[in-house]
Amino acid sequence: MSVPEPSETLVRLTTPLSDEDVQALRAGQPALITGVVYTARDAAHQRMTEALERGEELPFDLRGQVIYYVGPTPAPPGRVIGAAGPTSGSRMDGYTPALIERGLKGMIGKGPRSEEVREALKEHRAVYFGGLGGAGALLARQITAVEMVAYEDLGTEAIRRLEVDQFPVVVINDCYGGDAYADARARWQRV
Amino acid sequence: MKEVPATEIAAKVAELCIRACTVLPPDVVAAIESAREREESQLGRDVLSRLLENARLAADESIPMCQDTGLAVVFVEMGEGVKATGGHLPDAIAGGVRQGYETGYLRKSVVHSPLKRCNTGDNTPPVIYTEIVPGETLKITVAAKGAGSENMSRLKMMAPADGEAAVKQFVRETVERAGASACPPVIVGVGLGGSFEQCALIAKKALLRPLHDSNSDPAAAKLEADLLDAINSTGIGPMGVGGRITALALKVETAPCHIASMPVAVNLQCHAARHAEYTWE
Repeated sequence: MSVPEPSETLVRLTTPLSDEDVQALRAGQPALITGVVYTARDAAHQRMTEALERGEELPFDLRGQVIYYVGPTPAPPGRVIGAAGPTSGSRMDGYTPALIERGLKGMIGKGPRSEEVREALKEHRAVYFGGLGGAGALLARQITAVEMVAYEDLGTEAIRRLEVDQFPVVVINDCYGGDAYADARARWQRV
Repeated sequence: MKEVPATEIAAKVAELCIRACTVLPPDVVAAIESAREREESQLGRDVLSRLLENARLAADESIPMCQDTGLAVVFVEMGEGVKATGGHLPDAIAGGVRQGYETGYLRKSVVHSPLKRCNTGDNTPPVIYTEIVPGETLKITVAAKGAGSENMSRLKMMAPADGEAAVKQFVRETVERAGASACPPVIVGVGLGGSFEQCALIAKKALLRPLHDSNSDPAAAKLEADLLDAINSTGIGPMGVGGRITALALKVETAPCHIASMPVAVNLQCHAARHAEYTWE
């Protein structure tokens, strides 16, 4: 597979993501995501993993989808959601390769991922995006609709279907082994 | 003897929880503005601009600046001449947290048992530290501590022979390991000395200091400046996208310790440094 040149140009993505969408992305590239993403964090990942171990179907078809690691605050009156910024991806590392194998194409979180996750991104052509941590009020503006999907008893940790409009992210880990955090440090570190 | 009704304490704590989560303190806003001036990385400057926009939105619309509205860590300085009436002080504080997190549409992020992990549903219990001080004033500070930065915090029991170089290495390494997970630009609280638990507590208290101050002890102030420079040389930058500003401030607090000990604690705080306080004079 030939690897195109890296680019810092803003890319507009519409979910679900295809292999071609993923292959066009490079670490460090800013992107705007429009379409459906699903929320899931620690507890929902544990339940999905247990469901898979029992041979059960997951609450939504993973193929082509993007999971947003977020536990939003309750929606105040007149809003679809409260603050909704990304949480750390590393806590989902242990669960993630199995989901990528089943067709998950993207994840939005913050902070680095494990070697196993980065390998799975390469092997199955998927991507890890970094969102703007600690900017939950601003990011909530890009979320236009919210629907409960599963595990409602988990409260903030339930799986929700979000419709997002031009949700800003940066490609952190692409499907070629690129790592925006490592590149950033190599460029900006002072010895 | 000054009397403060427990109901009044609860109502004030509720208000402090909401204010802490929606209004970024002015010194933090000023530090992010200054960081944006100094940041050389374009991506880094973009991040800082959005953080300022986020803080403005949160305050204007009274919505939490971050979805992780934290564990409520409450510091109480209670004058010897003050008495809470009509209820116990810890109950009043817990009641205030329950009320604030419900009426402020804040996230309930506390589980009963670390292993069974069932949500308590109202963000209680808070963590409360009470200090008895002279006089007739009661001061309550609520810090909403998010887990992203808290999870990346570390403590190490060093040997006295390890010296200052090892302390510096440990602090820098903690920030490097945290990377974007701690939501940089971070504020770094360093506890040096004391006992195991006191060291962690002074590191946390260091996070409550105004961002522009320096330790009154010149040696500790120099350590603060040196460490901040070392951290801002890592290149991690705002949200890990690269740049000069990885930390907004670094505060060192020291305490006397055992002849055989040199505990070092590093408590990380994300850029959304949320705390609010009130004093009954």
